[in-house]
Amino acid sequence: MPLTPAAAETNDRFVGDLAHDEQQDYLWTLNFGPQHPATHTTLRIVLKLEGERVVAAMPDIGYLHSGFEKIGEHLDYNQYVTVTDRMNYMSPMANNVAWHCAVEKLLGIELTPRGKYIRTIIAELARISDHFLCNGAIGLDTGAFTFFLYAFYQREVIYDIFETMCGARFTNSYTRVGGVMHDISPVAIEKIRGLLRSAPRALDDMERLVNRNRIFIDRTKGVGVLSKEDAISYSATGPIARASGVTRDLRKDEPYLAYGDFEFDVPCMTSGDVFARYLVRMAEARESLKIVEKALENLPAGPVNVGIDERVIFPSKDQVYNSIEGTISHFELTMSNRGFDVPHEEVYAAIEAPNGELGFYLAGDGSDVAYRARCRPPSYIHFALFPHLIKGHTLSDVVAVLGSLNVIAAELDR
Amino acid sequence: MATQQTLDALQQAFPGAAVSEFRGQTRVVVPRQSIFQALQFLRHEQGYDLLVDITCVDYLNYRDATDRFGLVYLLTAIDANERITLRTFLNEPDLTVPSAVPLWSGADWMEREVYDMFGIRFEGHPDLRRILLPEEFTAHPLRKDYPLQGRGERHNFPVLTRAEA
Repeated sequence: MPLTPAAAETNDRFVGDLAHDEQQDYLWTLNFGPQHPATHTTLRIVLKLEGERVVAAMPDIGYLHSGFEKIGEHLDYNQYVTVTDRMNYMSPMANNVAWHCAVEKLLGIELTPRGKYIRTIIAELARISDHFLCNGAIGLDTGAFTFFLYAFYQREVIYDIFETMCGARFTNSYTRVGGVMHDISPVAIEKIRGLLRSAPRALDDMERLVNRNRIFIDRTKGVGVLSKEDAISYSATGPIARASGVTRDLRKDEPYLAYGDFEFDVPCMTSGDVFARYLVRMAEARESLKIVEKALENLPAGPVNVGIDERVIFPSKDQVYNSIEGTISHFELTMSNRGFDVPHEEVYAAIEAPNGELGFYLAGDGSDVAYRARCRPPSYIHFALFPHLIKGHTLSDVVAVLGSLNVIAAELDR
Repeated sequence: MATQQTLDALQQAFPGAAVSEFRGQTRVVVPRQSIFQALQFLRHEQGYDLLVDITCVDYLNYRDATDRFGLVYLLTAIDANERITLRTFLNEPDLTVPSAVPLWSGADWMEREVYDMFGIRFEGHPDLRRILLPEEFTAHPLRKDYPLQGRGERHNFPVLTRAEA
């Protein structure tokens, strides 16, 4: 079934190969989504089935399109961080970090060591939380409900940490241009230490539950295989590319923030199926715990935000009232015709988000508002892989492959 | 950042290419006629095997801008761990460039999004339709002359009553 009459006329591939082909008139069409519990979010796939086998899948996206990039041209560099929260809402902290990494690259700001460490910690906590949910959801979709609950319980712990840090559990908006909202508190540090104790046990439990489980392995091994060549050709990044043998990790290849200071491994596999993606994510979560532990124990002292000379962070009240630099800086930031010193230039900066390379392409035009704020969304690029991966598999594999791609519709449609 | 060898080879192959650098990022501007050849050259001869993103910027009211649209290709060489940004400029009424799908399968959806948001046509694209917006949509909303607020496109869409649905 074509999506609309207009699509039927223009999309020759779909119509020519399948619907008008007399030999295949026994195929039938299944509309999967946009509201379906196994899509987890709002996305639609039109499936052509031969019995239970998927002959062709045609994603139809845009149900959650809310013009984030257009809004990015009207909100200033600090305000837009609230919108990045709502992109990949499974790991909003990583989006915050990605956005402000790009802004700071455009402005040419170097963070303080403590600021870098704190951002590293929150980005890694976001990765652990995202991998817990993604792997838990694969288990849920293949019938392992307890597995999902083990994973989700740990996410609650991470939400508690974020709540202690910034007051919000879900939409954090924790970073600011030149630093973060607040310094990290001793209570938050204690809670992170608690997570470092409980999360490895949860990972052990999860692995014991399904790693040798016959049902889970049958549902995931050899399903949705992505070769290394295809992974590169389809621009896959992150755990999906690494499960196919692409050894690229921006934390190692282009060390940003404090990643150069830590020893950690980049788990890779070569089989490229759903099971490999699951294993890579599990191993990555363990590596992230290592990074968090090292960053927390070596957290540098000193200021968390850049100094007032950079004129991006509001000075403290003490500085405003008792020093001329503080007064000037406060004035410059408050007046609507002043603000940041933004070059007429364009930069692209990316971080290794839980899902892959999350980058922002920014064009500055001298004002506090970006002229163009393009987001390079890993979900969007990975969902383009889906028709390729699902071809020839059965209907029940759709949810397993979809789960392993970790497509978040809010980031997909933006 | 791309190596000097790559840049020299690129400038030798495409004499019109303008190289600039900002914050350690290399940008190369090539004329619209040779964008596909430049992409092909980087892909097959210089090892830039990963297409990170294709995007576009509308320079309608940008200071000192002479062209309307700037098309941006972000490339990465995985083995050499280098990045390069390839740009080209387009002006109305001729908003067509050759599609990069023959070089990278991943260019498919990226080009569809650029077409959807900016109205730039990619010649040779296998399935150039709108992707995020409905097919009946007439405007290209990331252009700078499309307002942020307004009545929207509701009047272009048919109204279904409950009886008809």
